[in-house]
Amino acid sequence: MNQFAYDVVIVGAGIVGAACALAFAERGLRVVVVDREMVGGGATAAGMGHIVVMDDSEAQFALTRYSQRLWQKLRPQLPDDVEYEQCGTIWVAADEEEMAEVLRKQRYYRDRGVPAEVLDPSQLKDLEPNLRSGLAGGLLVPEDGVLYPPCAGRFLIEQAQKQGAKIRVGAPVVKAGGGMVQLGNGVEISGQIIVNASGSCSPGLTAGIEVRKRKGHLVITDRYPGFVHHQLVELGYLKSAHSHTSNSVAFNVQPRRTGQVLIGSSRQYGAEHKAVDQEILARMLQRAQEYMPGLGAMSAIRVWTGFRAATPDKLPLIGPWPGDRTLFLATGHEGLGITTSLGTASVLLDQITGTKPEIPFEPYLPSRAAQEYAHA
Amino acid sequence: MNKDCTSPFDVLVVGGGPAGMAAAMRAAECGMNVGIVDDNARLGGQIWRAAVSSDSHDKEAAKWQSLFGAASVTTLCGKRVFHQSEPGVLWAEGSDDLIALRYKNLILATGARERFLPFPGWTLPNVMGAGGLQAMVKSGLPIAGKSVVVAGTGPLLLAVAAYLRQQGAAIPIVCEQAPWSALLRFAGSLVKWPAKIAQTFRLKKEMAGTPFVANSWPVAAQGQGAIESVTISRGGSLETIPCDYLACGFHLVANIELPSLLGCEIRGGYVNVDEFQQTSLPGIFCAGEPTGIGGVEVSLVEGEIAGLAGAGAKSQAQRLFKKRAKLRNFAGALDRAFALRSELRSLASPQTLICRCEDVSYARVEEHTSWRSAKLHTRCGMGPCQGRICGPVTEFLFQWSPESVRPPIFPSRLKSLGAATAKAPEPVVVTRSSVKPRPLGMGM
Amino acid sequence: MPMPSAVTLTVNGAEVSVPQGATVAAAVAMAGQPCRVSVSGSPRGPLCGMGICFECRVRIDGRSHCRSCQILCEPGMDVKTDE
Ligand SMILES: Cc1cc2nc3c(=O)[nH]c(=O)nc-3n(C[C@H](O)[C@H](O)[C@H](O)COP(=O)(O)OP(=O)(O)OC[C@H]3O[C@@H](n4cnc5c(N)ncnc54)[C@H](O)[C@@H]3O)c2cc1C
Ligand SMILES: Cc1cc2nc3c(=O)[nH]c(=O)nc-3n(C[C@H](O)[C@H](O)[C@H](O)COP(=O)(O)OP(=O)(O)OC[C@H]3O[C@@H](n4cnc5c(N)ncnc54)[C@H](O)[C@@H]3O)c2cc1C
Ligand code: FES
Repeated sequence: MNQFAYDVVIVGAGIVGAACALAFAERGLRVVVVDREMVGGGATAAGMGHIVVMDDSEAQFALTRYSQRLWQKLRPQLPDDVEYEQCGTIWVAADEEEMAEVLRKQRYYRDRGVPAEVLDPSQLKDLEPNLRSGLAGGLLVPEDGVLYPPCAGRFLIEQAQKQGAKIRVGAPVVKAGGGMVQLGNGVEISGQIIVNASGSCSPGLTAGIEVRKRKGHLVITDRYPGFVHHQLVELGYLKSAHSHTSNSVAFNVQPRRTGQVLIGSSRQYGAEHKAVDQEILARMLQRAQEYMPGLGAMSAIRVWTGFRAATPDKLPLIGPWPGDRTLFLATGHEGLGITTSLGTASVLLDQITGTKPEIPFEPYLPSRAAQEYAHA
Repeated sequence: MNKDCTSPFDVLVVGGGPAGMAAAMRAAECGMNVGIVDDNARLGGQIWRAAVSSDSHDKEAAKWQSLFGAASVTTLCGKRVFHQSEPGVLWAEGSDDLIALRYKNLILATGARERFLPFPGWTLPNVMGAGGLQAMVKSGLPIAGKSVVVAGTGPLLLAVAAYLRQQGAAIPIVCEQAPWSALLRFAGSLVKWPAKIAQTFRLKKEMAGTPFVANSWPVAAQGQGAIESVTISRGGSLETIPCDYLACGFHLVANIELPSLLGCEIRGGYVNVDEFQQTSLPGIFCAGEPTGIGGVEVSLVEGEIAGLAGAGAKSQAQRLFKKRAKLRNFAGALDRAFALRSELRSLASPQTLICRCEDVSYARVEEHTSWRSAKLHTRCGMGPCQGRICGPVTEFLFQWSPESVRPPIFPSRLKSLGAATAKAPEPVVVTRSSVKPRPLGMGM
Repeated sequence: MPMPSAVTLTVNGAEVSVPQGATVAAAVAMAGQPCRVSVSGSPRGPLCGMGICFECRVRIDGRSHCRSCQILCEPGMDVKTDE
């Protein structure tokens, strides 16, 4: 077909790279995915797997809602170990101010066709008896769900492989662009299109990307079936989680299909090391127990950390990188990459094949920061 | 409990087995303020584990018990250490409490656990570790009149068989996977270690009438709801033996989680120590099995040296170096004699579970190329044992190396973890004489 | 076996008497019960006897996931093996 070994070389076998691989391979393109370690071992191994519709901006809403639809479509095919559950989210309001946010949020979702139900304190207590009393209420968003990200990533890669995609793990990419990637062992792989999907490591391969590491902690418990039924997120999350200046923690608790309870979350800039940060962990656990006092007596099995790839405007970078016609980005998904992986792949494919897009893709173009690029 | 939150222990010992007891006792004799903490309900570790109804007397244990009893040591049993929040502060959790343990010098005597290997049926109830069944019997499990097949590898098998017989169990056979040649070489070398000879001699006498076979190992256990029989490979042919229990362990694995968490240098699965039993971290000592699997005698000497060195009595410690050197050779001899044969790698069938917490089969684990990959994709090692059982299994089967250790090193209550990591810790801080020493009640 | 003073507790509602100082794991075994049901539904009992393997987990007085081999019996304890 041409002088390139592949049509598309994807750097990174996280959930984003995996989703892209499947989308391209299904379209009949010759794809290879290259990862320095393994499938789903980066942020994808650390993430909570909350498939959630968000409303920070119209563009964020569009991508999360579109992606959620794609997950729902895929659902019948997902193997058991992906643990997809449409458990719904309850946004928990602690006071009247947050209750006002519940009402605003409900209107926003309703206007855009997303079912959402306002809960008064007693309805909230009925649905989640282990929440503390005295909360103001909540918003139930029943179409949100949870899944187990590493197995979801592996499933997408396997599907891509069935369509002919190749996967190559174990060697780091040291250079990407100009129609090829170079591995640490000197091997070069050429491709008409190179996709940098290396998550929080992406600036290392493409200088000038505005992506910073944002560290997060999670704690998982032993199995306590029935303790929590929905993904529970405090509405204070909106105020604290998106503050770009300080470290923050928020109550964010997820029921796993195993009966385990997954507890988050924290956000930190400037922390480069994987080690557990005691002060943040203590604050996070404190916050969780304030909302669900029963958590305190539960057995915590493990703690881990992960790095989100954060951009200044909280939107991912999806599309061509100005200055290199072969190089495309699929990174910067911050705390939503599990959700938005499928939408990202679809948006990128539409851009590359010139297909009429399902959602406007301009908000995600990497050129939005560097204004000099004009999309062809 | 004690309100004295300021003064730390001069010497804190983690692990109340022979090594830890010897260390605590020697440090206390030097006039130090010493504490000892153990997960078990009583002191004694694996070998001197208190027996509920004891009608035999281990002279060595009794001697150390009375020495220990005479020393003034703050004893905390039923508490497991799960975190170090800063150098000098460990956190331990009991069934209802959380304790901050402050120390100046620390002695890690965390011992060893048995290595288990998977074969079809190994998850049936009443298939236990060899040491595991012994511990259960010591803690009240009636064994008289039961039939117990003992299998696996290591000197522990004979000790366990003898103990169980003495408690009234019938032992149809003891299966040792090592070849006769290795065992004979080992037996020949015992001449160099006088006390050990006495021990083996005693065991032989007690074992009269029980066939001890080398080149033999379990290949499958059968039963409905619990084990009813075990099939063993013996000199190349298979034999099925009815039994009530299978006591099966494949030598020992050092408990190095706590030393690793603190950042002590680890070499080849053991904690690296200098001649004073000091780890790569100043003021942190290690004694007993974590420095090399050598048995109770070397554990005791190492414990004494660590206790003396930790108390600053270096010249007294030096006097024990020669004794230790002799005994340490024994550890090497053990490793050589009871090296695992490669046939043991093929015992598991595709359906055999590798991870018992999460029920992950051999077939699913085998698809992966690393511990981390298997763990993330199959949940192998993600359960409450934190990979303590399946980690050594996959190390043997697939040569995978384990991950780095993170707090908590034992599952702990969420509120304990929160409190132990908080800036201003609130819970009880225990130091000198805050807890009444408990009666030990030891005996084999 | 000589029985020092006995302790009586219940395992799945049935009374069991054990010698003072016996562990809950021993009591469960004397009641003829496995300790727990594994995540894929098979019965399990103690393996290591020393607090490492977590196979002997039971519910004691309503508290889940207690390692029965590390806990001594107390009079009136209510032990359940249904987890
Ligand atoms: C604590 C936490 C909680 C989260 N919770 C959620 C949630 O509930 N819902 C949600 O939607 N999202 C969540 N996220 C975000 C989500 O996990 C990420 O956005 C997503 O995993 C990003 O996927 P990725 O494929 O872009 O990156 P990654 O998964 O990091 O994959 C990048 C891959 O690139 C490889 N790589 C890197 N550099 C190189 C190189 N030089 N050469 C070769 N390979 C390389 C890495 O090995 C890695 O496999 C959370 C994140 C964190 C940290
Ligand atoms: C199951 C088993 C049975 C054995 N039976 C025999 C036998 O019958 N005859 C024989 O000659 N040898 C036997 N051995 C070998 C013998 O126990 C050892 O050689 C000797 O006990 C070593 O002493 P130690 O002090 O190093 O370790 P141990 O006796 O293992 O003591 C270590 C102690 O540390 C505690 N500990 C570990 N980590 C923590 C933590 N984080 N917090 C709190 N406490 C902790 C443990 O609970 C344990 O009590 C056995 C070993 C094992 C593992
Ligand atoms: S039997 Fe292993 S933890 Fe109790």
